[in-house]
Amino acid sequence: MDLDLVRESIGPLLSGTIRGTIPLTAASFVGGMVLAVLVALARLSRVGVVRWIAQGYVSIIRGTPLLVQLFIIFYALPSLGLTIDPFPSAIIAFSLNVGGYASEIVRAAILSIPRGQWEAAETIGYSRTMALRRVILPQAARVAVPPLSNTFISLVKDTSLASTILVTELLRKAQEIAAPTFEFLTLYSLAAVIYWVLCLVLSIGQGFLERRLGRHLQPQIAKVEKVRQATA
Amino acid sequence: MSIHDEGFAPAETPEGIEVRGLVKSFGSTPVLTGVDLDVAPGTVSVMIGPSGSGKSTLLRCLNLLETPQAGRVRIGDDEIDFTAGVRRGQSASLRRHSAMVFQSHNLFPHRTALQNLMEGPVFAQGRPRREVEEEARGLLARVGLAEKADAYPDQLSGGQQQRVGIARALALRPRVLLFDEPTSALDPETVGEVLAVMRDLAAEGRTMIVVTHEVRFARDVADHVVFLDGGVIAEEGPPQQVLLDPQQERTRAFLGRILSH
Repeated sequence: MDLDLVRESIGPLLSGTIRGTIPLTAASFVGGMVLAVLVALARLSRVGVVRWIAQGYVSIIRGTPLLVQLFIIFYALPSLGLTIDPFPSAIIAFSLNVGGYASEIVRAAILSIPRGQWEAAETIGYSRTMALRRVILPQAARVAVPPLSNTFISLVKDTSLASTILVTELLRKAQEIAAPTFEFLTLYSLAAVIYWVLCLVLSIGQGFLERRLGRHLQPQIAKVEKVRQATA
Repeated sequence: MSIHDEGFAPAETPEGIEVRGLVKSFGSTPVLTGVDLDVAPGTVSVMIGPSGSGKSTLLRCLNLLETPQAGRVRIGDDEIDFTAGVRRGQSASLRRHSAMVFQSHNLFPHRTALQNLMEGPVFAQGRPRREVEEEARGLLARVGLAEKADAYPDQLSGGQQQRVGIARALALRPRVLLFDEPTSALDPETVGEVLAVMRDLAAEGRTMIVVTHEVRFARDVADHVVFLDGGVIAEEGPPQQVLLDPQQERTRAFLGRILSH
């Protein structure tokens, strides 16, 4: 490995990460989650048509390759008269993809909350929407964090596919530097390390979030904390 | 009516209940086959009966956790005729009068005891948070759990959880309290503390309907005992009569079975 090359390329690679990979991941995850909650609720709807549409969407997203979804939006839509720039194309494709997968996680998490919670919410005067917002979703969130973290971490790496539609994110930067110099080993290894560090940070965030959302699930730990605070 | 301690009297006026011809079935299984029931304001009615007799379903119909197919229910001034069909807003209006204490407490595990009490009054009834909090702390103190206000349900014992469940029901300022086997899921040694709270509430002159297997509680506290069997009221009357001198053979058989344990 050429250390000078590492020093020279780290700047452009980090810039690709900060200006490409990270915003692409963040925007797609947020978009995907909004979609996921809506689709999950649609799948739990009492209205048949709403359920079928949601089910069809999930089926298409899960049944086709992400790369194909990306190509349809970027390369195929223009022939229908709809041209979208690379970066927004990628966000749309990844959001749609995350939405399909995460909706199943959200749906399962909602279904995992016991019926008694719905009933208790109803008897204190909540509508279905209020029950969902204040009682069911906060509890479902705790259940959904580990599987959603998986989705999030996969997304970080999947954004590398955006390099195929000319988005200048981390992998594309690496390719751009490697191509004329033939330093594939150095550049792709560096890219790998950066992806890994990003995912590591997310895993740590996951642990933190699980503890925070699960405060009520750890009575022993909470008790010990309380005693510690009292005696400090 | 029982003599009650001043200062413990509920702020809200207790209401009576009138049930006529209530019919409820699950799919093709009939559960209630025409129930008539009258509950006078400020009285305690205890419903007993074998499992599957429909007593919990009847209680849940009063709170509209179940929607009957026919018959009518009146609580205070609000009435729903289920034979005619439930109109928009009617369920919420009828439900407002009552509060339910569940067998498995159904506290919100992600909220502290205090937050559990405040949830309905603040977010469903829209009452001012400060006033609700003060009242909620008072209610927790009444059930002997003032110092547990900030504990999560999982940090409490079964009996404590159920006492929070009762306090949560009281926080709604209901005119009728419904108890669905409130002690059935508890360890034997914590049953007493929950029944003690319920005795206090009965002494205040609240309208209470209690589904329970606690015959002693029924004998000591109830003004009226209702024996359900096979989806109808088989026998009802004052506890001395229904529990000690039942007229119906099936009441005698049922009491014989549960008292022999």
